[in-house]
Amino acid sequence: MILTTPAKLALRVVALVYLAVLLAFPILTILWRTFAPGLDVFWASIRTPAAISALNLSLLIVAIVVPLNVVFGVVTALVLVRGRFPGRRLLSGVVDLPFAVSPIVVGVALIMLWGSQGWFGGLETLGIRVIFSVPGMVIATIFVTLPFVVREVEPVLREIGTEQEQAATTLGASGWQTFSRITLPAIRWGLTYGIVLTVARALGEFGAVIMVSSGFPGVSQTLTLLVHSRYIDDHNTYGAYAAATLLMMIAIVTLLLMTLLDRKRPAAHFAPTPARSHS
Amino acid sequence: MIRVTHAHKAYGTFAALDDVSLDIPSGSLTALLGPSGSGKSTLLRAIAGLEHLDEGAVLIAGEDVTHLPPQKRGIGFVFQHYAAFKHMTVRDNVAFGLVIRKRPKSEINRRVDELLEVVGLAGFQHRYPAQLSGGQRQRMALARALAVDPQVLLLDEPFGALDAKVRDDLRRWLRRLHDEVHVTTVLVTHDQEEALDVADRIAVLNAGRIEQVGSPEELYENPANPFVMSFLGSVSRLGDTLARPHDLRLERDASRAHAEADASGVPVTEAEVDRLVRLGFEVRVELRQPEADESFFAQLTRDEAADLDLRVGDTVWVRPTRTLAGTGDVPALAG
Ligand SMILES: Nc1ncnc2c1ncn2[C@@H]1O[C@H](COP(=O)(O)OP(=O)(O)O)[C@@H](O)[C@H]1O
Ligand SMILES: [Mg+2]
Repeated sequence: MILTTPAKLALRVVALVYLAVLLAFPILTILWRTFAPGLDVFWASIRTPAAISALNLSLLIVAIVVPLNVVFGVVTALVLVRGRFPGRRLLSGVVDLPFAVSPIVVGVALIMLWGSQGWFGGLETLGIRVIFSVPGMVIATIFVTLPFVVREVEPVLREIGTEQEQAATTLGASGWQTFSRITLPAIRWGLTYGIVLTVARALGEFGAVIMVSSGFPGVSQTLTLLVHSRYIDDHNTYGAYAAATLLMMIAIVTLLLMTLLDRKRPAAHFAPTPARSHS
Repeated sequence: MIRVTHAHKAYGTFAALDDVSLDIPSGSLTALLGPSGSGKSTLLRAIAGLEHLDEGAVLIAGEDVTHLPPQKRGIGFVFQHYAAFKHMTVRDNVAFGLVIRKRPKSEINRRVDELLEVVGLAGFQHRYPAQLSGGQRQRMALARALAVDPQVLLLDEPFGALDAKVRDDLRRWLRRLHDEVHVTTVLVTHDQEEALDVADRIAVLNAGRIEQVGSPEELYENPANPFVMSFLGSVSRLGDTLARPHDLRLERDASRAHAEADASGVPVTEAEVDRLVRLGFEVRVELRQPEADESFFAQLTRDEAADLDLRVGDTVWVRPTRTLAGTGDVPALAG
């Protein structure tokens, strides 16, 4: 498509305004509201016991969910790409389910399953509380974040094929050596992106988690739930802004950390463009 | 020596290998030659252990390796599309097998330096595969396979993805390398010229079966059947008879042609000259049998052509000096 210069300019303006109004503006407003009263006010607001507990709980959930999603996500992606069995398409559909189902529905389903009246409710009589406690929140978060690693790793696996792995095998590498030295480095980018998305969603999940949380401040409230309760229940608008800013900061730190970790390791895609010389 | 006995391999109902038995002598460079889909890769991968045979056995140096995984077979394998480890430098690629074997650092460094020298990549050791040309990548893959001192080197169309010039160079280079290193080598190719050029033995495959095994000369001069004959060079078909174009003699005089033919017992065919093509020192005479409307061609030297003084539309008598019967399985060679 060939556009005239004014048309190009107009398109650019539209795109920028769209992004500004929908993305940049709300985020900048929150940052402005958070830091306008001064850093010490912000600091005090995120140092309350409820805020500290919420931060810890959010990080705990991330720390449990991410490793589980990495392991099962990579295994599932391998099965989907390499497996030849009936029902593979069905499995692929199941992986997408969390995208299709509203988080609230997930919460309700979990209560039905794990609540005191549910199928696995017997656990509560043994003193293991799932619903309205941390395990329930972890399960809910796993549910909504499950597709990310799978869906990011899958296309990379498909693209790299199996020849490099076969070559490693003929050179004497065991199954595990082949996976850790060949497959894992090859899917690293997809995996990194999947982890970033998982962390972001795990921190920000609201609907599914609020259904299975007792909601007690300082006990079973994540940062996202804290933002909500400060705003709605406590009418503490400033506190909500501060907690939201803290959430954003964690997400940004995660993104930076993953990028830095990746850059440390040498990789082909950091090499300059192919310098073709004759053989 | 590599010995394959009664190998069968089916994909669904399709037999990729159908009772294949083959001996590959130690130190030889054997080509598995055949059209696409004839089962060459399947056979090579079965030797490597990358593919499991439904029936049959594979022996390497007297040891039955049929049920051993590729790691334990002492092989080096080179893939058509290089299978370079993209996230590793050339040096790390070549060192991979030695690192896996936990060899001492000094030994690894020495061996890798030596191999990079042999394949002419010493100046490229810190590059990534993406920064190499196709030919360089394949030489890296060869060095990587050789690093672990394999008993046998298996190459699956290693030059198939390269352009003609690079392919010719690498082919010649592989032959020289083999003359120096003497590792038993099996080369898969669908290119008869490549097989004739580098191999000292050729096994011709067709539809999952071995048609003939022998030296390039044997196969070219004494093909066991029409398939081998037509796969290993040009063939002219005169009715039921097959002959190499350079084994055809042309006569203007019918009686002389018949007199010679009666002596050797080979039929004489009448044909009309369709076209004359001069290709350097040889002349290619395109001919047509008027009654059968079949086209074929003969290769003459410039002098022979000059003596005959051929023109388009002339009628000539064609007498093969060596033939292969086009029907029946008997390798009926005359001449
Ligand atoms: N994994 C597979 N599944 C189904 N058919 C296959 C598979 N691998 C090879 N084949 C079939 O087996 C036949 C022989 O294949 P191959 O050994 O790769 O042939 P070549 O290397 O001589 O071209 C081909 O017809 C191919 O389609
Ligand atoms: Mg092949």
